[in-house]
Amino acid sequence: MADSLMSYVALAMILLSIGILGVVSRKNIFIIYMSIELMLNAVNIIFVSLGRYYESMQPQIMAMLVIGIAAAEAAVFLSLIVVLYRTKKSLNPDVFTVLGQKRE
Amino acid sequence: MSDFLLAWIVLVPLLSAVILGLLYLYSIRVAKLSNTVFSFFGLSAPFISLFIGLGFFLQMLGSDKVIIYKAYKWLQVDNLVLDMAFRADHLSIFMVLFITFVGGFIHIYAAGYMKDDAGYGKFFFYFNLFLASMLLLVLANNPIIMFVGWEGVGLCSYLLISFYYNDGENVEAGNKAFMANRAGDLGFIVGLITLFHYVGEYRFDYEGISLAIATVPLPALTFIGVSLFIGAMGKSAQIPLFVWLPDAMAGPTPVSALIHAATMVTAGVYMVARFHFIYDLIPNVGLYIAYIGAFSSLFAATIAMRQTDIKKILAYSTMSQLGYMFIAVGLGSYSVGIFHVFTHAFFKALLFMGAGAIIIALHHEQNIFKMGGMKKHTPLIYFTMLIATLAISGIPPFSGFFSKDEILLGAYARGEYLLWAIGVVTAVMTAYYMFRLFFVVFYGKNHNTKRKIEYVSGYMKIPLVILALGVILSGLVGIPEVLGGHNLIGLWLENWSNDYAEVSHNTEFILMSINVFAAFIGIFIAYKKFFNYDMTKVPKLSGLVWNKFYVDEVYNFVFVKGLQRLSSFIVIKIDINFIDMAIMELSRGFIKTGLFVSRMQNANTRYYAFIMLTGISAISMYLIIKLG
Repeated sequence: MADSLMSYVALAMILLSIGILGVVSRKNIFIIYMSIELMLNAVNIIFVSLGRYYESMQPQIMAMLVIGIAAAEAAVFLSLIVVLYRTKKSLNPDVFTVLGQKRE
Repeated sequence: MSDFLLAWIVLVPLLSAVILGLLYLYSIRVAKLSNTVFSFFGLSAPFISLFIGLGFFLQMLGSDKVIIYKAYKWLQVDNLVLDMAFRADHLSIFMVLFITFVGGFIHIYAAGYMKDDAGYGKFFFYFNLFLASMLLLVLANNPIIMFVGWEGVGLCSYLLISFYYNDGENVEAGNKAFMANRAGDLGFIVGLITLFHYVGEYRFDYEGISLAIATVPLPALTFIGVSLFIGAMGKSAQIPLFVWLPDAMAGPTPVSALIHAATMVTAGVYMVARFHFIYDLIPNVGLYIAYIGAFSSLFAATIAMRQTDIKKILAYSTMSQLGYMFIAVGLGSYSVGIFHVFTHAFFKALLFMGAGAIIIALHHEQNIFKMGGMKKHTPLIYFTMLIATLAISGIPPFSGFFSKDEILLGAYARGEYLLWAIGVVTAVMTAYYMFRLFFVVFYGKNHNTKRKIEYVSGYMKIPLVILALGVILSGLVGIPEVLGGHNLIGLWLENWSNDYAEVSHNTEFILMSINVFAAFIGIFIAYKKFFNYDMTKVPKLSGLVWNKFYVDEVYNFVFVKGLQRLSSFIVIKIDINFIDMAIMELSRGFIKTGLFVSRMQNANTRYYAFIMLTGISAISMYLIIKLG
């Protein structure tokens, strides 16, 4: 049982790391968004596997909650991306620098 | 007579000064007042004070009574109480009498001298303020109140020197006087503080100090004596703080007569006499004072021999005579010193007033080599000036002879032959430069004949006559016993003199003849060189003496330039190059740090995410290690 938990956690960590790499290194807002979702799901996997391991329903509920919030977030995120695309005609996050320190 | 009147000796001039000040403000702001109004308040004050002083004098005649009137408590610190108290003893009443007497007649003279001046009211305001300060200085019962008067006269001297403030030179002369006096006052106040440190816990009036003075250790006492004398150096224009006195002649002539000849400059002599209980215990400092006095006297006389400005000659002669006074008080003959203060007040005031009258008559000409032949035009001034010149030269029976003779006798009798010799040499020089002035001004021929002589009013002539009488009579109160008189001054100021070895009557006669002989030598040389002097010949105006030994230049280089260099060093090196730079660097540092930190706000989302994740990871690692 413990061995299989370890492999679930390892899977979740790999997914999280991929997500982090995706957020940091990719230049497309969609891919960044998908990487964020990937990290959320990595957390979900940990929740679910821990729920099984401790035979408790609480982590399962947390996982359900995360999925629900992620769905709502997806709606907001996608509409934001559409608005951003309309203003700059681009999905590269480096274009959106209006809030940064102006440098000569 | 009630004692409270003692305060009124000071209060009357002070009140008159306040009234005059207000009236003058009214006069320039609202409606012009006539000079008569100012004259009424200005001239009455010294005479009222004189009469009150006379009342006290008569009361104290024949007794050793000391009248102390405490007006109110001025200051209380812990258990030390300083009263606004006035002290009338033989010394202070004597000073009051001649200050108010001479002052009163100089007031009358000033009414004539200043009559066309726009600042007539202001002048008398300052003049009476001066009189009040001087009387406060003299009548004070403790050194602190004396110091108030001491500073008051300094202030009035400054105000009156730069009275014609439209001319920058006069203002500079006023500043010079003020600063030289401040340098002296620093010594004075240091002396007072040291004195206070040792004896001031309980009583800080003269009587208390004189009772407790024996407990002060000798080195401290020496320090106090020297410090207080530095104050006197400044006030009484002795080496090395004398430079202000010749320049002080920039003020109106009555000011020179009253402040810079008769009264204020003698405050230093009075101070030494007043603190005689200190100086009695430290004869070495007394000797030092006497030598400073002797050298000042010789030095000033040397310079006076080559000057051409009538008032400057008189200024240097004042300094020279003050030197004589310090010889006397330094050697412990305080009564003799005060006697010379007394006679000097008369003849020097008279000389200044005579000089002022000539200056007025010749439309403000001060160079004696542009005067000449004045005997014919102003016979009255001629006679009064002759009397005063004879008096200062030390020709009997005029007053200067008696006091100068007694000073030199005292120096001789104490075995200070060097001081005596300097005194005699100075006497020759005094007679020479005074008669040089006299002959050139009154007998010089071939002068400019086209000049117009202005009328000298009676206001200016009457005081001349009265003071001339004073010059003749004031010596009579101090006729030495060897001439069959009674030394009334000596008797009156008995408590203010130390005994010295009596010299035989023959020696006394010989000394006297030497003095008279010295005066005649001086007069003879002056007669040979300057009688009927040809005014078209102008003497050589160069050389060491004419340039006053370059003392002003040296002081200018050492003190003025030195201070300028120091302050420019502070401004440029310390303020601009260090403090300002440090502050500027600090603010630039803030800007630089801000710019550096602002690089993080580069709007690069992935960069933000990276920083955020790094932070989260670091915190997580920490928590895991710490808690796990």
